[in-house]
Amino acid sequence: MTASLQKGINALREVLDAPIASYFSSCVRCGMCAEACLFYTETKDPKYTPIHKVEPLRRLWEQEYTLTGRVKKMFGLSKPVTDEELEEWSPLVYDSCSQCGRCSMVCPVGNDITYMIRKMREGMAISGHAPEGVIGATKRTIELGSPMGIKLPALQTQISKQEAETGLTIPIDVQGADYMALLSSMEIINFPEYLGALAKIFHNAGVSWTLSSEAFEATNSGIQIGVADLARDIVMRIVTAAEKLKVKSVISPECGHAFTALRWEGPNLIGRPYGFKVVHILELLDELRSAGKLKTTGKESEALTYHDPCQIARRGGVVEQPRRLLGDVAADFREMSDPGVWNWCCGGGGGVSANDRAEHLRLTAFKRKKAQLDALGVETMVTACANCRIVLEEGLEHYNMNVKVVGLTELVAEHLVEQEAGK
Amino acid sequence: MNAMDLLLWSRGPGLGIAIGIFLFGMVLRLFEIYSLGRKRDLAPARTGGEGSGWRTMFTRSVPDRAQFKRSPVVFTTGYIFHIGFFIVLLFLLPHIELIRSISGLSWPALPTPVVDLIAVITLIALIVTLIYRIMDPVRRLLSTFGDYLAWTVTFLPVLTGYMAYHHLLFDYTLMLALHILSVELLLVVFPFTKLTHMVTLFISRWYNGEWFARKGVAS
Repeated sequence: MTASLQKGINALREVLDAPIASYFSSCVRCGMCAEACLFYTETKDPKYTPIHKVEPLRRLWEQEYTLTGRVKKMFGLSKPVTDEELEEWSPLVYDSCSQCGRCSMVCPVGNDITYMIRKMREGMAISGHAPEGVIGATKRTIELGSPMGIKLPALQTQISKQEAETGLTIPIDVQGADYMALLSSMEIINFPEYLGALAKIFHNAGVSWTLSSEAFEATNSGIQIGVADLARDIVMRIVTAAEKLKVKSVISPECGHAFTALRWEGPNLIGRPYGFKVVHILELLDELRSAGKLKTTGKESEALTYHDPCQIARRGGVVEQPRRLLGDVAADFREMSDPGVWNWCCGGGGGVSANDRAEHLRLTAFKRKKAQLDALGVETMVTACANCRIVLEEGLEHYNMNVKVVGLTELVAEHLVEQEAGK
Repeated sequence: MNAMDLLLWSRGPGLGIAIGIFLFGMVLRLFEIYSLGRKRDLAPARTGGEGSGWRTMFTRSVPDRAQFKRSPVVFTTGYIFHIGFFIVLLFLLPHIELIRSISGLSWPALPTPVVDLIAVITLIALIVTLIYRIMDPVRRLLSTFGDYLAWTVTFLPVLTGYMAYHHLLFDYTLMLALHILSVELLLVVFPFTKLTHMVTLFISRWYNGEWFARKGVAS
């Protein structure tokens, strides 16, 4: 056995816990999870059945943590996990799983398959079976600070532009602010309007906020590739910066996995609770709305729909907030089939969009979203995740669909009742 | 050993051994699961999800409507053979008599012809699941030896019971002995195959429901 495989197997042993043991004990191989997964429904290839994606992990568990498995192993009746097998599984674990969590909602015996695939990535990455694209993104996050290689000067340029656009100051490194906002690289490069929207909304609502020059990037490639050590370092940057600035809360941006990384995995990665709260931007906007601090005027007249980002809705519990916010600014909001916690993924979450090898499969899986949109017939789709947004735009372009994708925070900012100057 | 000896053995020592292995196996399996433990979740949970693990234990028995439409064969045959199996097990007069003789508990039986019909429906549903497992690419890929073994030991007690009642193939004494032996086979195999899901699915559903509830989602 090679040293890297040994490390991988050790990492897999490390992640096996009581929930996973109960999941494997309960699986009846009914295959219903296949129908919950867009990588299966759009390809009809049985190898994309979610539970099949963790087969090497299941065998390792059986061989080492069950009596029957140990007996079988003793008599040479079981197949050990090999490098070749893990290499064969790499596309299943990384390319065909966006960690969307739909299979975990469907499994009749209650298996959280997504949880298992996330854990399996720990062994895959360390044994050298993660895809190039995701390795690159992780490297850039560690070395340069962001998966797309964006450094502070690039952010500063966007800040200046947005300040000029909005006529407002975008605060940076303000000690004792209530909120520290984070961004995803996608937002910095492709959707800087998000920053301007924050400035406008917070100015009007009287929210004290700041950015940090030391930690402005929220995305966490360490989570996507499945290396807990790296994921911890990436989270720690944010924790250190937030605790240094003594902010009360950190705002997770319109990015699904950033929220999962920071809100749910972060404290477990660093081994302690934070000294601040984590809120998703939609949660905060909804709170401001309830407090009467977010007043909007006028409504979009054209029909529009909302794409629930998986990590924000199904895996994050933010479902009603975007609908309340949309209710204020859209006159003709139409729900897609399978909305909210039953949404279908854009196909590019969980590191899939950073993985060039997966591009063809991702575009095939997009046929699910295409079918949903075709059935609805609207031309505007609002969402709240910069990664979804890019992936959706690429899919729409690939299939020559005439649908516009809009970020919810920006849409709200466009309808803001602006305070008079000097107030 | 004649048929009567076999029947006596199966009702006496055989049953004792089978129940012993079943109980030992199940305790072992539960130990294997819980001894792995799990880390405490340090992320603050959303409020309002208390008791969600317990709820999911039951709510997961009812599929989401859209999912039902996507896997109608699995859902329909699955419901039929599970419910059918338990009706035959718990509402056939001789079974109730047996339970009463052991535990003192009893309840009204269903008319035997009704149970007989349900047994036939259960057998048909089980055969359909087997065919589907072999023919459907997803099920075929997932299936292991253990899946076919679990199917066989579930099918045999219903089949032999039906045959004993209708005096098919062998005389009643031998068929009854075979019926009881098939139940013992089921008990012995149970803890070491996916049949454990009868117990462990409540553990899985609890973990699942609890995980989702911490995030503010009812699963």
